[in-house]
Amino acid sequence: MKASAFSYARATSVMNAIELLAAHGDRAKVLSGGQSLMPAMNLRLISPELIVDIGDIAELRGIAVTGDTCRIGALTRHVDLLNLPEIAAHVPLLTEAISHVAHPAIRNRGTIGGSLAHADPAAELPACMVALDATIIVKGPTGERRVPAQDFFTGIYETVLSADELLIAVEIPAPPKNAAHFFREFARRHGDYGIVGLAAQAVVEGDVLTGLRLAFFAVSDRPVLAKTATKLLNVAVTPAVLAEASKALGEELDPQEDQQASTAMRRHLAKVLLARCVAALLARPELGAGEAL
Amino acid sequence: MTAALSISLHVNGERVEAQVLPRLNLADFLREHLKLTGTHVGCEHGVCGACTVRVNGDIVRSCLMLAAQTHGATIETIEGLSDSGEIADLQAAFRDRNALQCGFCTPGMLVAAQDLLKQEAEPNRERIREHLSGNYCRCTGYQAIIDAVEDTGRARMGRTP
Repeated sequence: MKASAFSYARATSVMNAIELLAAHGDRAKVLSGGQSLMPAMNLRLISPELIVDIGDIAELRGIAVTGDTCRIGALTRHVDLLNLPEIAAHVPLLTEAISHVAHPAIRNRGTIGGSLAHADPAAELPACMVALDATIIVKGPTGERRVPAQDFFTGIYETVLSADELLIAVEIPAPPKNAAHFFREFARRHGDYGIVGLAAQAVVEGDVLTGLRLAFFAVSDRPVLAKTATKLLNVAVTPAVLAEASKALGEELDPQEDQQASTAMRRHLAKVLLARCVAALLARPELGAGEAL
Repeated sequence: MTAALSISLHVNGERVEAQVLPRLNLADFLREHLKLTGTHVGCEHGVCGACTVRVNGDIVRSCLMLAAQTHGATIETIEGLSDSGEIADLQAAFRDRNALQCGFCTPGMLVAAQDLLKQEAEPNRERIREHLSGNYCRCTGYQAIIDAVEDTGRARMGRTP
């Protein structure tokens, strides 16, 4: 189908975009890469009255690595996350995760700000931001505010963004010493939305995990930072320890059922990912072999 | 603001000035305004890849881009790639390998395949599959398409298929 009629404004600056959004409230929609917005409009799932195109705003572009943070502008495209050496060096989890996002032609247009503001619970980037303990920077008529990623997502396609606010950048802390990461998802085909996925950031000292952030996606209405991670910290991880963590994860998660998977299947797959994650982080393949399930 | 917008862009090397309604997507602009009907419209929500074109050198879904967003852009469609001879060998390989039947997906497939061949000299079958994973073909079962792209990659490196 074709999108229904709307007005179009090409924002010239962040302030100009915020003024347009403030004037039109929730009748306006921000157009970034358009790779989620345009399908929704073409399918007439949404029919905004005004499209505010932020594609020309130079201040939303660019990646800056300063001291211990990496700041990524909202208009940074998925293909840039995939190819830029700064990202590979400072946020290797993103480089790995992004290859699972859609297909080359989509990655050439889709942006990090768009993906986060869209807040699809099955999307990869929101979970990565939670795993990385990123800060999401939002600007509105009264100024800027900084929101921890785990507080940013509030439901299916819902965030703390109000109608007159624009997501302008994310800041990701530099990985700590001895950092390791893990990203895996189960999907019907490569590039599809995940049935269950896991983005994890860890600190590994010797054969012990001293830091672990496990962000599961497609198991709830938003990314889930699993509390279960604490059961794996500062202990020698034996199959029994992992089994206990796996059981706790199963109790912690309450995944939705849909045409892709039942609740039980999602819970099982999340446990499989947990075991594979711990096995990969500790370089102990035997832990991922399945006894812990 | 519901009124038509003026855009100025380059399409297949020619300068184009046009008035477009905001809701008009790039695929429909190319097909209906410029009569470049080689860009096919399949699903209209970014899944099938039939409408793949190049914008400023990058492949994109033209159904997921507004014509209004192409102001100042350089667009290349299958007509441009075909007329310039850039993909003549790839097209010949598609013919030789029976990599098309109905042909509906072929323009998008060629644009996406050429994108890969420009990035990687001699991609293996797995890489070809991955790069074409966003382009649907309902006739061939894909094997012949992979064959054709693989052959072209090899031939461009001076190897015989």
